[in-house]
Amino acid sequence: MSGFTKWRRSEEASGWLLVSPTLVYSILMLAAPLAMVVALSFWTQDYLQLDKTFTLKNYIEAWSEPIYQTLMGRSLKISAFVTALTILLAFPVAYYVSFYVPQKRKPLWIFLITIPFWTSYLMRIFLWKVILGYNGVVNGSLLGLGLIEQPLSFILYNQNAVVVTLAHAWVPFAILPIFVALEKIDRSLLEAAEDLGDGPLRRFIRVTLPLAMPGVVAATVIVFIPTIGDYVTPRLVGGPNGLMISNMIELQFKKANNAPLGAALALSAMFLVSVISLIFVWLNRKYLVGQK
Amino acid sequence: MTDPIIRLSGIDKFYGDFQALYDVNAEIRTGEFFSLLGPSGCGKTTLLRTIAGFEDVSAGRVEIAGQSMENVPANRRPTNMVFQSYAIFPHMTVAENVAYGLKARKMPKDQIATEVATALKQVGLEGYGERASHAMSGGQRQRVALARALVLKPKVLLLDEPLSALDKKMREQMQSELRHLQRAVGITFILVTHDQEEALTMSDRIAVMFEGRIGQLASPQELYRRPVNRKVAEFIGVMNFLDVSVRAGTAGTFDCEIAGLGKAVVPAEQAPGGVDASVTAGVRPEMLTILSGENARSEREASGVVEDVYYYGDMTYYDVKLDGVDHPVTISMRNTAGRAVLSRQDRARVGWGAESVLLLK
Repeated sequence: MSGFTKWRRSEEASGWLLVSPTLVYSILMLAAPLAMVVALSFWTQDYLQLDKTFTLKNYIEAWSEPIYQTLMGRSLKISAFVTALTILLAFPVAYYVSFYVPQKRKPLWIFLITIPFWTSYLMRIFLWKVILGYNGVVNGSLLGLGLIEQPLSFILYNQNAVVVTLAHAWVPFAILPIFVALEKIDRSLLEAAEDLGDGPLRRFIRVTLPLAMPGVVAATVIVFIPTIGDYVTPRLVGGPNGLMISNMIELQFKKANNAPLGAALALSAMFLVSVISLIFVWLNRKYLVGQK
Repeated sequence: MTDPIIRLSGIDKFYGDFQALYDVNAEIRTGEFFSLLGPSGCGKTTLLRTIAGFEDVSAGRVEIAGQSMENVPANRRPTNMVFQSYAIFPHMTVAENVAYGLKARKMPKDQIATEVATALKQVGLEGYGERASHAMSGGQRQRVALARALVLKPKVLLLDEPLSALDKKMREQMQSELRHLQRAVGITFILVTHDQEEALTMSDRIAVMFEGRIGQLASPQELYRRPVNRKVAEFIGVMNFLDVSVRAGTAGTFDCEIAGLGKAVVPAEQAPGGVDASVTAGVRPEMLTILSGENARSEREASGVVEDVYYYGDMTYYDVKLDGVDHPVTISMRNTAGRAVLSRQDRARVGWGAESVLLLK
């Protein structure tokens, strides 16, 4: 048998064969474009001309211009709020399903939680526009009840609306990891805590919450990373003050005709997200120690 | 301290339509090593959990140290538990685990440190305090669980099948350690186990449970020698059952005709559960003797054929089919010097006495 035939029949070969479609797809659609963006960020654009001499000008501009700093800061802030709100909303639901729903009904509950995914993301944003709008459900109800005289304008087209809309969209993604973490907690640990003298609240703080942390950290990462780069929601419900870094990136690539700066902004955002995610991954490791 | 430390009166427990406990009554004495013994599903763990406060009773009363435990949650009861899975907190070190209950009591830090060190020393884990709890072996986790409970000086320590996850050697070692520990600390221990040997060797008294009821509550010797019924006799050790016809004899005795063995006059105390038509004769394997050699004599003699021989070194167990009986009886013999071990199909002379027979319903 030749070396190649031998290799072709080996386990390694079948492994490569199995991953190759995905691998080819990821290289073509993910790695290659990313490499291009990286290259682009070190070049300069003059209308339609690309000057391919290496320069750090774009990065210097991305990190020093106040408008980009503001947008980056705002994106981080909105993401942080969205993440916090999402976790706060998701935890009680996950807790309820894990601890109070009978075992055989849990799959049904989890299924119900995923139902929002049946509607398109865009549709859900538009629904929030309807709910929060000037003539929307919230204002209509409050006016009808006589609680306000004028429709509230601060609930739509600002950062709050972005936070609310995004949190709603991401809650199911946060519920699932937290639910899994809660499910993994050996119930006798909770009994032990009670037996050793803790009431329900202290038991939650000393045992349930620390043991649920891997799920909370996972949910945080899952929500934080995509929301920081979200583009549709701020565009549709954010108004002028609710715009985020991704909207600026789009602007640079399209209207401003400065793709290199757009690329530098995109990569800077990616860098920040990576750093923050790594911190969370590290935290998760720390919490995961000792849990089998 | 009050005596009894625990009084259970008329306890019923329902899970929906299923009744797990039926009118359980028992008194557990201060400082004793008490076992709840029974097959799985007999309600022994449920009973332990009602004492701990993890289950409330459907009817009846649990009293600990003279106080009713009605509406007293588990965290306010003077009991602590060693769980079957040990329930060691995985996110804490050994010392933090042991300190858990003391922290809940808001004891000052330096005092906690001293208490934890003492407790760890008590269970033979001196110097293990800073270890991560998941790095401990099964036996060590068990000790951590013990230390964590004992450090709180409970009035009663509850142990839910604590040894079932250990291998045989470790289990035997822990049995004797638990016994010593119990004597040293003087705390009442209640052990749940399905292992009758474990219960016999460790306990002062045992409650044998079947299907949610206490079948018999007695000392190990009493349970073994005078089981009140067939069920208890079967569960504790090995018991041979033989058909018997009984007639009331003179002065509180019964005239018995035992299948395969023969006639005997059995005193009434050897029929602890009373006598009726359903009664059978029970004989422990060590109460029967294989008579070897021409000169060996016994009070009474029967005969049969050896069906099987189980040689254990110090002991030999025989399955002997007595003449006129369908199923074999088990006979155990100590392998003393000069005593021959019979082979299969050998004829055997079986010696017995009326005092070794129990009449059981």
